[in-house]
This record gives sequence, C-alpha cells and structure tokens, in this order.
Amino acid sequence: MSAAYRKTLLDPLFESNPIALQVLGICSALAVTSKMETALVMCVAVICVLALSNVSISLLRNFIPGNVRIIVQLTIIASLVIITDQVLKAYVYEISKQLSVFVGLIITNCIIMGRAEAYAMQNGPLDSLLDGLGNGLGYSTVLMLTAFFREVLAQGTVFGQVVLPKVSDGGWYNPNGILGIPAGAFFLIGFFIWALRVWKTDQIEAEG
Amino acid sequence: MEHYLNLAIKAIFVENLALAFFLGMCSFLACSKKVNTALGLGAAVIFVQSVTVPINNVIYNRLLDEGALSWISPQLAGQDLSFLGFLCYIGTIAAMVQIVEMTLDRFFPALYAALGVFLPLIAVNCAILGGSLFMVERTYTLTESAVFGLGSGIGWAMAIVALASIRERLHYSNIPMSLRGLGMTFVLSGLMAIGFMAFGGIQL
Repeated sequence: MSAAYRKTLLDPLFESNPIALQVLGICSALAVTSKMETALVMCVAVICVLALSNVSISLLRNFIPGNVRIIVQLTIIASLVIITDQVLKAYVYEISKQLSVFVGLIITNCIIMGRAEAYAMQNGPLDSLLDGLGNGLGYSTVLMLTAFFREVLAQGTVFGQVVLPKVSDGGWYNPNGILGIPAGAFFLIGFFIWALRVWKTDQIEAEG
Repeated sequence: MEHYLNLAIKAIFVENLALAFFLGMCSFLACSKKVNTALGLGAAVIFVQSVTVPINNVIYNRLLDEGALSWISPQLAGQDLSFLGFLCYIGTIAAMVQIVEMTLDRFFPALYAALGVFLPLIAVNCAILGGSLFMVERTYTLTESAVFGLGSGIGWAMAIVALASIRERLHYSNIPMSLRGLGMTFVLSGLMAIGFMAFGGIQL
C-alpha cells in the first residue's frame, strides 16, 4: 500500500478525527454509547454506509449536476441506509430495536454527507473508499472508547460480561451512575478531545 | 386539551431533542458561538420542524403504513411501503428547507447571510429527521404530531440559545488551552443536560 493511500486511510483516526476535529456525526456518538454492543453494531453500520456511499458518489460524480447534488447524495445515502436497516432488522432484531431511530439517523449523520461533499465529489472511487473506511474507523475509535468507559464505569461490564462486580450483586464496585445518563457521554467526549489536543497541540482552536 | 399541553411540555423540557436525545448536535455545537446566530437558527428549526412532522405524519398514515393505501382502492389494502419511509421523510425535509431558504433570502437577507452554510444543513439536521422518526415510532395522530413538532422545535431552539449565551460569557474565563472551543462546549452541554434532567417525570 503506497504512502498516499495509507495517509488517506489512517489520517482520520487521530490527525483529522471526524468527531474531535471536524465536528461531524456527534449525535449518534453520544446516543448509542451506553453499551458496547449497540455501539459496535452502530460502528459497523456507519462504516458500511460511509464506504459504500463514498464509492457510489465518487463513481457518479461526473454525472451529478451541481445544483441538485444534495438531493442526489441524500437519495443515494437514504437507499443505503434503508438496506442497512433491513439487514439489521433481519439478523440482529434485538439490537436494532435498541438502536431505535438512530439507524435511520445515519442518513443525516453529517460524517456521511460531509465526506461525500468534501471528498468523494472530487476524488476517484478507490481513494474515496479508503477515505470512507478511514473516517468510519476514526468515528468508531471515539465511539468504542466512549462506550467502553460508559459501560465499565456505569455498569461494571464489558460487552455484557462482568469485570467489576457491583456492590448490589455482592461485589466491591460502586457504579458511577452519571456515566449511564446522557450527560456522562458529553463529559467523556469533552475530555477525549481535551486529551487529544494536549497530545496534538496544533488542533487547539485559536479563539475560545 | 390537557393531553396536548402535556405533550408539548414533554417535548420542550422533559424529552428535549438536543439535551436528552443528542439530536442536531452538529449545528448545536457549531452555531452556538453567538446568541444572534443561535436565535436565527433556532427560529428556522422551529418552523421547519413544525411543518415537516405533520406532513410526514400524513405521508406515513395515508401512503406508507400497512393498509394505508386502502383509501385509493381496497385492492391496495395489503401493501406495506413503510420501508420507503426514510426516503420520503428526507425528501419532504429537503423541500421544506429549500422553501425556508428562499423565503429568508428574499425577506431577511441579513439573517440569511448570518446563517450561511448552516441553513442548507438543517436538511441534514438530525433533530428534524429525528422528530419525524419519533413521531412514527410513537404513532402520534395528526394533531399530536403538530403539537410535538412545534414543541420539540421550541425545545431545541431554547437549548441552543441558552448554550450560546453561556458561551458568550466564557470569553472572560480562563480555560486550559487544549480544552478551549469544542472540548469546553461538550462539557457545558453535559452540565446543561444534567440541569434539564430536573424536568424529568413532570406531569401536568
């Protein structure tokens, strides 16, 4: 794999993370992260839709008239999300119930529109595929990290397996309820961005 | 009447789209630097939301739901088109946003310029699509969905204006360099979400 491809694929992980730097796709990052299982399914769904939509929009980019491109992009994305939704309903029905409206909301996940608009409209299918995969992985990194901390600290489990036995079940761990509620996710992602920017100081915003 | 009032209060405070369901976060975080921008965007969201939710309700109940087509002819009673839902909702939303955009451009050019790129982005604002999806999931009637649309729009607008006011004040505080901007905004929204939890369980 050449250096340029590797850069396209790996840069979104930390250098230009879609959530931490580009402020894209935050809604679902917060909402589905109370359990690792749902977060994982969501990540897989988003990576699939993102990679496929990037490829198809990139293939069609020379045929899409500029002034109706948003509608065309939305239609492509919505069709891919419908397929994903049907597949999830067919094979992992329980989890798709828990994800409730958030599968549908992949359509309006700004990562997908944002990458289609910013990258796939200008670049070839292979580059766009890598860009889609890379941004999907960058999104998943933040999502899985957040889900891990939320599940471990709020329920003492990882993927439903007990790692910190709770006091209520005769163990020693006193669960931290704040991470189970929505607000906990905000704090975690806020601190994640803080840590990332202490590490990579060039991402600090000039004006606060 | 009481039922609708209850529903509205619930949509505005208890189940605030921004702070309890994290919907519309991208513009919530990105457009909350100034109170004026936040007000404009909030107003646009209220309008688009209170129009699209009832329209999508009609589309769902008259065209997409199982047996919904029976008003055309009894032969179509067995059709279930609900899998096309996403496409229809997003189409309605995109069209409405286009109309709002043209109206603002014509009558309020200053506001139009201030909202800039975020106006077309209302089309991909998850609060709008989320409102329609919640409406379908909770099987609201037409009136209920109108109340819900208006209420949830107001709730979202209120949250973004509140956040923008706090952020304007933040200019005077001494925040660690790396936490400035996005990081601090996240922590702030978290605190606001905790504040909004105080509304939980309110019944009228």
